[in-house]
Amino acid sequence: MAAPAPSSRARSGYEGLTLPLLLPTWAVIGIFLLVPVGLMVTYSFLTKEFRGGVIWDFTLAAYDQFFLDRGLFGDEPPTIEWTYLGIFWRSLRQAGLATLICLIVGFPTAWFIATRSARTRTMWLFLVTVPYWVNLLIRTVSMRFLIRDQGPFNEALLALGLIDAPVSLINTNLAVQLGLFYSYLPFMVLPIYAAVERYDFALSEAAADLGASRWTVLREIVIPVVKPGIVAGSILVFVPSLGAFLAPDLLGGAKTYMIGSLIEEQFKGSLGNWPFGAAASVILLTLVLLALLVYARSQARAEAR
Amino acid sequence: MGDAVVIRDAVKRYGEVVALKGVSLGIGGNEFFTLLGPSGCGKTTLLRLIAGFEALSGGEIRLFGADIAGLPPDQRPVNTVFQQYALFPHMTVIDNVAFGLKMKGLGPGERRKRAGEMLEMVHLAGFADRYPAQLSGGQQQRVALARALAPAPRVLLLDEPLSALDLKLRQAMRVELKTLQEETGITFLFVTHDQEEALTMSDRIAVMSEGRVQQVGDPRAIYEAPVNRFVADFIGETNILPVRVGGVAAGAAQVMLPGGATVSCPAETGAEGEHHVSIRPERVSLVAPGEGQLRARLERVIYLGTDLQLLARLASGEEVHVRLQNTARAELPPAGAELGLAIEDGAARLLAD
Repeated sequence: MAAPAPSSRARSGYEGLTLPLLLPTWAVIGIFLLVPVGLMVTYSFLTKEFRGGVIWDFTLAAYDQFFLDRGLFGDEPPTIEWTYLGIFWRSLRQAGLATLICLIVGFPTAWFIATRSARTRTMWLFLVTVPYWVNLLIRTVSMRFLIRDQGPFNEALLALGLIDAPVSLINTNLAVQLGLFYSYLPFMVLPIYAAVERYDFALSEAAADLGASRWTVLREIVIPVVKPGIVAGSILVFVPSLGAFLAPDLLGGAKTYMIGSLIEEQFKGSLGNWPFGAAASVILLTLVLLALLVYARSQARAEAR
Repeated sequence: MGDAVVIRDAVKRYGEVVALKGVSLGIGGNEFFTLLGPSGCGKTTLLRLIAGFEALSGGEIRLFGADIAGLPPDQRPVNTVFQQYALFPHMTVIDNVAFGLKMKGLGPGERRKRAGEMLEMVHLAGFADRYPAQLSGGQQQRVALARALAPAPRVLLLDEPLSALDLKLRQAMRVELKTLQEETGITFLFVTHDQEEALTMSDRIAVMSEGRVQQVGDPRAIYEAPVNRFVADFIGETNILPVRVGGVAAGAAQVMLPGGATVSCPAETGAEGEHHVSIRPERVSLVAPGEGQLRARLERVIYLGTDLQLLARLASGEEVHVRLQNTARAELPPAGAELGLAIEDGAARLLAD
């Protein structure tokens, strides 16, 4: 695509309006992005107040607590603190798995919708977004109700005689996965739908014509061509899954504790530690940004080939 | 002849719509065969049936003697050049061309070598590592051609491959396609709605309309001896005049034109009655008023560069077009003048309706 000639903007005579027109955007970005992130970074370097809040004394204590173990009384030589890194690692795994499951279910769903007639397509898209009319908290609590030992799911299986005793789902990894999947599936479906909808099916015909089996067409043509949609969907599912706390809190137990819950607890009640919560958030944000940066770099390199 | 592709009573229905109403054709090995017709005549449907993208509702298609009804597209010995090229956007030019070879199981080295040869053949050797989006329409068209020819198909199907190109490029590609077909010896089955394209390249043409084949023949037969009104009207420019057919004898009929003059036309017995003839404008010449078979009044002269086109009107109301070469000698009467029009011997063709 050719960029418009630079002179076209100068000739338009609207230069004086550029700044005022951009102002609302900058104001929104400033107020809702830069200020909160700035506050978060600042707080992570402050000293904690015992009943929540901060004392304006600069310290690295929060990061020290996150990464280093100095023994019970803080007087031993520091070693690596594995507790929080472990929680991060578990969260990454959970979020990765949730993304994979959403992809496996979301891709065929998006494909199905994109290949319907134009009229029914709108209806299917509408149905995918319907759950979003209900608050996430209520949906997650309902999920807890559905899968608990005496819930409809177990009752139904018992009634059908498929099981003798209730299957214990609540407080397991599976339950957390179910919650994440249910929460974020549409974020996978919609971008993939947008990509598949633009896909030229003549490409599939051309590949088949040249001797590609259906599976090869999918692997070598369809997936590479709709990849931007797959990547966008994966990012949109992975990032919120990584910081999720409702599903792990309400459906999981101690063994499924994730970063989101860890951070949330630092800002709740008198046991909280605001600088520590802020530091954990900064580390999480850095991780996500690094991952996106690495991906963007590899894309740019692939395109420059 | 007639052994590469044999189509017998092919029928294709889409719900209520019947796209093909019983088509039978035989296409020979090494032939450049064209399906010609207006949009919606079923020509592309027929091509897609041979490629395997659609399934027949009735009849059969044989490729080199074998019934291909049950074969999916990837197992048919044909390749297609698509109208919008359908190049794989995420692959380089050479990977596009090598795709069919990869599917055939050739190793990377061999693939690259053969794909490189194909690119050379279509004069794109220097473009191997570009992406399709970086090429012009004409270059993309050549890549599509090289990609379809690389696996050495026994029949190449071309679905209006030149329609997206501008006129100059289209004319150059016509010659190139014909040369390529002669060099490779592959049967080309070419679909187009452009009669000029069909006439310049084809060994034989099947003119199609409304899901049926109207006429099959070489370009000369199609142009000079159209069998019905549709073919006469669709191919080139023509004058269609109502006539009265007298007795038929020895394969020729005495045909009475508007105005009373008679000409002789090839015809079969039983053709007596009211009919139409087709007379090509370049086979009518100007003569002195009162001479020739038709008497008309000149209405307008259109300047076409190499030619002049005269629009004249008969006393009975029909418009007649006359095409004259634009030579320095051309002395034209003024608009409104009386003209005599002489029809060349054998130029009038009796049409089935």
